[in-house]
Amino acid sequence: MDNLLSVRNLRTYFHLEEGVARVIDDVSLEVGRGQTTALVGESGCGKTMLALSILNLVPGPGKVVGGQIFFQEKNLLKLSDKEFQTLRGKDIAMVFQEPMSSFNPVLTVGFQIAESLIYHRNLSKEEATEEAINLLKKVEIPEPDLRFHDYPHQLSGGMRQRAMIAMGLSCKPKLLILDEPTTALDVTIQAQVLDLVKKIKEEEKLTIVLITHDLAIVEDLAEKVAIMYAGRIVETGSIKEIFLGCRHPYTGGLLASVPDLAHPREFLKAIRGTVPEPLNKPGGCPFHPRCERRIEPCDKAFPAEIRITETHSVGCYNPVDADLRR
Amino acid sequence: MGTDTGKQIRTPGQIALVRLRKHRMAIVGFWTLVVLYSLAIFAGFITPYSFDNEQRENSYTPPTRVHLVDSRGKLWPFIYSSRQEFDQFYNRIYSEDKSRAYPVEIFHRGDEYKFLGILKTDLHLFGVEEPARIYLLGADSRGRDLFSRILHGARISLSIGLIGVAISFILGMFLGGVSGYFGGKIDNLIMRSCEIVMMVPAFYLMLTLRATFPSNLSSVEVYFLIVVILSFIGWAGLARVVRGMALSLRDKEFVLAARACGVGHIKIILRHILPNLFSYIVVALTLSIPGYILGESALSLLGLGIQDPYASWGNLLSEAMAISEIHRHPWILIPGVFIFITVAAFNLLGDGLRDAFDPYKTILK
Repeated sequence: MDNLLSVRNLRTYFHLEEGVARVIDDVSLEVGRGQTTALVGESGCGKTMLALSILNLVPGPGKVVGGQIFFQEKNLLKLSDKEFQTLRGKDIAMVFQEPMSSFNPVLTVGFQIAESLIYHRNLSKEEATEEAINLLKKVEIPEPDLRFHDYPHQLSGGMRQRAMIAMGLSCKPKLLILDEPTTALDVTIQAQVLDLVKKIKEEEKLTIVLITHDLAIVEDLAEKVAIMYAGRIVETGSIKEIFLGCRHPYTGGLLASVPDLAHPREFLKAIRGTVPEPLNKPGGCPFHPRCERRIEPCDKAFPAEIRITETHSVGCYNPVDADLRR
Repeated sequence: MGTDTGKQIRTPGQIALVRLRKHRMAIVGFWTLVVLYSLAIFAGFITPYSFDNEQRENSYTPPTRVHLVDSRGKLWPFIYSSRQEFDQFYNRIYSEDKSRAYPVEIFHRGDEYKFLGILKTDLHLFGVEEPARIYLLGADSRGRDLFSRILHGARISLSIGLIGVAISFILGMFLGGVSGYFGGKIDNLIMRSCEIVMMVPAFYLMLTLRATFPSNLSSVEVYFLIVVILSFIGWAGLARVVRGMALSLRDKEFVLAARACGVGHIKIILRHILPNLFSYIVVALTLSIPGYILGESALSLLGLGIQDPYASWGNLLSEAMAISEIHRHPWILIPGVFIFITVAAFNLLGDGLRDAFDPYKTILK
């Protein structure tokens, strides 16, 4: 299969005084060209860290300690800083989740979009300005030539998020990572931004990695889903396979905790307990203390991946019976 | 934001400017500085004599009185030339020689100078015909006009502040930015060298640095030497503050976003981090210029800076180091008044800037 990005056995650890936090623990992920892959999980499960690892931007004491990341058959972890710098923005771009703090408050929005155009595409200032205004138009910001000169605080939340996407798109990247693109927005604006993402994906033939905890967005945008829990990917599959025939108890729990408008009288089924701290992860399957289907080997070692179909795989000793769920 | 439809939203800089305009003392400081710097820039034209035009027999002539009305009631500014006698202790006693009045001419032709450093001319704003001499603020030991020398000295004293501050701020901002942004070993190295510079009392450091260079340098070399010495002392304090600010800014998401766009480290420091410190830097810059002016004055006062016949406010004051001289010719203290006014003006302006940029301050009225 034609994979634009493939992550193999990636491990990102934070070496702290209190111990080693295994934030990304043996993660493998294939992202098909032209596909939208959703990375789903609770807060703190390592979704954003996985994205930052791909861009080699892991902050502070964190470090990628093992594994491989192939992007267009190139191992990213072998690149020098300089090579990485030219790759960022140009081949892989990322849109961050907080549109307010992701813009520098003292520079105009236009300048920040034009900036990478000047660096990566060697455009003159005038050309970059023109191109940035075009990008603002593309993300459907009204009066783009006026907004170009605005400071971030002068834009509304939705506009800022659009401008963020324009910034991500500026150098026509092959892979766009969207880190919770709609979390900070209200529902109507969310829908607009999602439509925009869909439209742009069609137009630019983008490959997208969508990081989110909102399953509704996943269903709307993605073709493939990877469920993450405590630094590991526990289940991957196509939309259909996950939403209709998930096998991992955690995925089942996530899906069950979405409010169901058809049966409003039922209680929400929350997953018991909380996500383990990265410093203090339980041995074996990290989910086992919260799992209702826990069996003998669950706390010993992480289960090997079980392939169910070509695209669907799960890491669990006692997966949910597919027929039961249907 | 929401309600003010149609009203232009102001940038933080514009808001600060509006506030500054309402700050009366800051405006006084600002215009004082404008006047002082214009006097320095046009010193050649405004002063009646060049800085080294001396007439030794006129040593310590007191300030010349400008008369407006003559004995016949006619209104015209004129002066009398001064006559000197000696008393029994060989002290000079000056009096006005009323035998002939010398009119104060506007656009008088006198010593040659270069207007703004380019145009050669001998036109002065005012002057009197020889042999009379006009000493608005009195004369120094060699009979040079103190007014002319103060204005020529202002060129050196006032420009050293600006150039010195520019160099040390560029240095301090860059090193502080790098230190805070990268952290780790680089940070350690830069901060420890900062502390070493700050540890030695500034004045001793200044003297020591001056002593490491030969004493027989040309005036231009001395000028640049002083600038370098003052900048070398000045960068450390700023670097420390900038470092702290850069440290808190580097973890902001917009830095990460810029990195994800493929912007390099140095460009992030220069274009994303330092502009965030702009308001602090403007204030710190204004408030630290007086330090440089005083530093130059101190070095020149001790004879380690600008050398005679070139004038700076510091070496003009060196004549006033003996109490007896001040007692007999109090006007030689006037350069000190200029230093005082300049320092006060910079502080007033800096204070106003600080208030203007303070986001928590609301202006009543």
